[in-house]
Amino acid sequence: MDVEAAKMIGAGIACIGMGGAGIGVGIIFGNFLQGALRNPSEAPKQFGNLIFGFAVTEALGIFSLLIALLLMFT
Amino acid sequence: MSNDPIHQFHVNNNVDVPLGELPFGLGHLAFNDAALFMGLSVAGAAGFMMWAMRPAAVVPGRAQVVAEGAYSFIHSMVKDAAGEEGVKRFFPFVFTLFLFIFAANMLGMFPYFFTPTSQIIITATMALMVFFTVITVGIAKNGFKFLKLFVPSGVPWYILWFVVIIEIISFFSRPLSHAVRLWANVLAGHLVLKVFAGFVPMMAAAGGIWILGSVLPLTMTVALYALEFLVAFLQAYVFALLTCIYLNDALHPGH
Repeated sequence: MDVEAAKMIGAGIACIGMGGAGIGVGIIFGNFLQGALRNPSEAPKQFGNLIFGFAVTEALGIFSLLIALLLMFT
Repeated sequence: MSNDPIHQFHVNNNVDVPLGELPFGLGHLAFNDAALFMGLSVAGAAGFMMWAMRPAAVVPGRAQVVAEGAYSFIHSMVKDAAGEEGVKRFFPFVFTLFLFIFAANMLGMFPYFFTPTSQIIITATMALMVFFTVITVGIAKNGFKFLKLFVPSGVPWYILWFVVIIEIISFFSRPLSHAVRLWANVLAGHLVLKVFAGFVPMMAAAGGIWILGSVLPLTMTVALYALEFLVAFLQAYVFALLTCIYLNDALHPGH
């Protein structure tokens, strides 16, 4: 197989990983909203935890995007 | 491709003084784009804070409200994540990091401007600075007890060895994820902007009805631009928040 073509296919496959991170981030924000609507007065105090969970989850998606970018542009 | 989306991350040397052949590739005394825009971010952040706080009025004006808001926002973040002791020791450090990254990200949003945080060497420098601060402060303050960070309490002995291995790996992969998160977010954001902006002339060049259609990617570019402003703030906040959480481990290593 042509190396360039294989790189492009690999970049596409690597991007599948971002779907998992997307699911994770959706779960985090969805559950936060659920909890926040049940007890709105406590919700602002959990903003830091929300962003921390988001950051840690999102990093994994970013890693797979990084692999895709590296395959495409280097 | 006529508009290479990677080209915007190329580092140009504005001033380049060759020093001849030296070991380790130290052959140039250069002042490049990254240094220029890091200097501008520092000047912008420090200049704004000093200018805004100069009246130091009891009833603050508009600029002073922004400056005080940023201060108290980060102050409460450090307090929540690292406690009173964290505020006493590390608040200036965290606030400086936050302002610098925020200013650099925001400055990078101007078209044709260079974004320092889109270079891994710059984010890695900051992440390693935090990493070694955690180790140094942790050992200086707790001594041998700092190793309790790797040994969570209340875990049965037959699984403990495995947990310890995982904790050690996760501790040493922290600077990697810390640096890559900021870098890749900024890099990916700017890449996407450039790619979508490239669609506009591509569609318009097709002629006919496609010229009307080129409004769509233009609208998308504007929307993504707005999103990038959110990302610019959020990533600065995330970097500062993770710094606090890591520094909290140095102060209170027991789980």
